[in-house]
Amino acid sequence: MFDITPEEWTAIELSLRVAVVATLVSTPIGIAVAWLLARRDFWGKALLDALIHLPLVLPPVVTGYLLLLSFGRKGPIGGFLDHYLGIVFAFRWTGAALACGVMSFPLLVRPMRLSIEAIDRRLEQAAGTLGAAPWQVFLTVTLPLALPGILAGMILGFAKALGEFGATITFVSNIPGETQTISSAIYSLIQTPEGDMPALRLVIISAVMAIAALVASEFFARRALRRVHGL
Amino acid sequence: MLSVDVTKQLGEFRLEAAFESDSRVTGLFGASGAGKSSIINMIAGLSKPDRGTIVIGGETMDDTTQKLHVPPHRRRIGYVFQDARLFPHRNVGQNLDYGRRMNRLPPDVTHLRRILDLLDIGHLQTRRPGQLSGGERQRVALGRALLSKPRLLLLDEPLGSLDQDRKAEILPYLERLRDEENIPMVHVSHDPDETRRLAGHVVMLKRGRIVAQGGPEILPL
Repeated sequence: MFDITPEEWTAIELSLRVAVVATLVSTPIGIAVAWLLARRDFWGKALLDALIHLPLVLPPVVTGYLLLLSFGRKGPIGGFLDHYLGIVFAFRWTGAALACGVMSFPLLVRPMRLSIEAIDRRLEQAAGTLGAAPWQVFLTVTLPLALPGILAGMILGFAKALGEFGATITFVSNIPGETQTISSAIYSLIQTPEGDMPALRLVIISAVMAIAALVASEFFARRALRRVHGL
Repeated sequence: MLSVDVTKQLGEFRLEAAFESDSRVTGLFGASGAGKSSIINMIAGLSKPDRGTIVIGGETMDDTTQKLHVPPHRRRIGYVFQDARLFPHRNVGQNLDYGRRMNRLPPDVTHLRRILDLLDIGHLQTRRPGQLSGGERQRVALGRALLSKPRLLLLDEPLGSLDQDRKAEILPYLERLRDEENIPMVHVSHDPDETRRLAGHVVMLKRGRIVAQGGPEILPL
């Protein structure tokens, strides 16, 4: 049962790499967007909010196709990146990371935004009177106090990225060794005769990974909450 | 020398106040809603006057005719809030050191020792804010403000959240502070006894206007 084949290892390793990169790249952007939505009033705020939530309500295949149109080699953004920076997303694992990052972004941002909204702004004022410039206030007060929400958002985004399927397979296809993640490997296996056992194996592995992520998030969230409450 | 001449409209409420003080402790006295906190927040730079000037020790902090407004972090003021506002994610020692680090001041062990002794908070340094009593929290807040080496200390009802016994515990510390440290203070209170014990110059406010100012003898009994 647990003789994991090299192909399966590749899919597991790729899934992890895609989810880790998607989460790490999304996190700073997510913090910035969460802060903007929590703290600033600007023209187009409702539009930005809607845009972020779009992947949550659109069929994943639509999001994937839109990514293909814009980030494909012939697309406006993809063409530019390929031509000037040599970055290619189409049919590469980086494209899978992009698709996962976009799909998990609403889940990543939401807890971050809520935790920034919950911060007592009077603490930030106090920091200002003690000589902290606004960027220092952000780094020494806002960010550490928002840490539980930031971690929760990262874990949620990571879990979502780990399992993303529809947008990824539409955008970067299902190429073993390049874009075949656990989800797309399971999909291929259940389409082949004799594929049931290996598929079940990957199903168990992905369940274990998801549960581990949840346990880890619970642990970190508890620790961070204690800190924030000054105990 | 502190010189304030400001007006500010806050909804229905209009604040108009002009005073100067050379006293070690200037007492802003009045009922709640008289405009004391609005004035102290403007001195701190946390809010802007609609019109007027604020000058601290010869340096202009606000001048609306020149569109000048120095932000709070460049005013070198210390502010002790009624609710202490200690940083919950840092222990007492880190809270105390915060202002020094933000102002990039070199460590000053003698100064630190003196403030810790003055306020009896040396033994609390490894505690976290959630583990302090109300009186301890307020003393730490005082120490935190003093250790940023401000040129003016603002105290907004520093005893307001404490019961009678705790007030009696903190008041002597404020008196020692006044007598032993060379920092001018602005003290906000609605308690005539507290203002009498601390302030040299009293500014009495009522519904956004100054109704009297002078020595502590102008306070009601």
